[in-house]
Amino acid sequence: MEKNVFIVIAAYNEAHSVPEVIKELQKANHRNIVVVDDGSRDNTFKAALNAGATVLRHIVNRGQGAALKTGIDYALREGADIIVTFDADGQHRVEDIPAIIKPVAQGKVDVTFGSRFLKKDSGVPFLRKVLLKIGILVVWLFYGVKMTDAHNGFRALSRNAAEKIRITSDRMAHASEIVEEVHRLKLKYREVPVTIRYTEATLKKGHGSFAEGCRILYNMIMKKFLLR
Amino acid sequence: MNITPLQVIVVVFALFAWSRAILRLRDREISIGEFSFWTIIWAAVITTVLLPQTADIVSKFFGISRPIDLAVYISILLLFYLVFRIYVNQEKQSQAITKLVREVALKLPRHK
Repeated sequence: MEKNVFIVIAAYNEAHSVPEVIKELQKANHRNIVVVDDGSRDNTFKAALNAGATVLRHIVNRGQGAALKTGIDYALREGADIIVTFDADGQHRVEDIPAIIKPVAQGKVDVTFGSRFLKKDSGVPFLRKVLLKIGILVVWLFYGVKMTDAHNGFRALSRNAAEKIRITSDRMAHASEIVEEVHRLKLKYREVPVTIRYTEATLKKGHGSFAEGCRILYNMIMKKFLLR
Repeated sequence: MNITPLQVIVVVFALFAWSRAILRLRDREISIGEFSFWTIIWAAVITTVLLPQTADIVSKFFGISRPIDLAVYISILLLFYLVFRIYVNQEKQSQAITKLVREVALKLPRHK
């Protein structure tokens, strides 16, 4: 049976890259493309709309975690069987989607995580590698889950998993939170090797900077010890 | 007993503040519990200002030699507690806003 796959993209000020990403996805025959414009100050909304995606707009910026959750909620409402989270800046490759969906579509696992470190030559710049390894260590210490790449925005969720996973971290800490949720709910998961295209633009943002890493860690600590 | 102008000002202010509390209690804007809290606070302020030696007794009770040290310790604890309360509250507000923004977004999906 053909599975109903939804691609969910959270976009914040990505007007320059999001149309290209949508076109690539369309070329690969993905019809359900949902872009959540997270209160961008640029033309992201129009750009995504004109490229042919379904666009949901956050009227104020709430962060990547919040935007993904909105997209996931929408996909569930529209009857998605599998939800793929994909980045808006072109760092993920459309060619990797079939591989990331497959274990979920076959019902072998509930969640797949893209991992850039499963391939021999990951092409990850040294500094980023160090930060990501620290992130992996933190996730392992916090949640007891050992992953090769805990902070990759490229994942596939089964409908069942998407319905159960709670994302309460509005900002970047959601990546760790999803891992925690998978662990808490005892969902089956698998890591799938993917290639990340590093460009100057993608290196500037996201989980890459040390300051951002510290902020994520701070949020995780507050959530884990104070708010539960 | 010599009373300085500063003592008079503080006592008058404390009585004024307490009278506000009475008014708010009468209008049922605060509960009996809250009113008792403010009554104790302002009574403590008046007592300490008029009879500074009582502060000595209290701090000695806690094993702290100078009342001013006790005041600093209590202030720090109070500040920590308030910061924590503000953090939790802030987080709640933030999640409420996100929920609101999400509901609005889900109401208006746009297609070409």
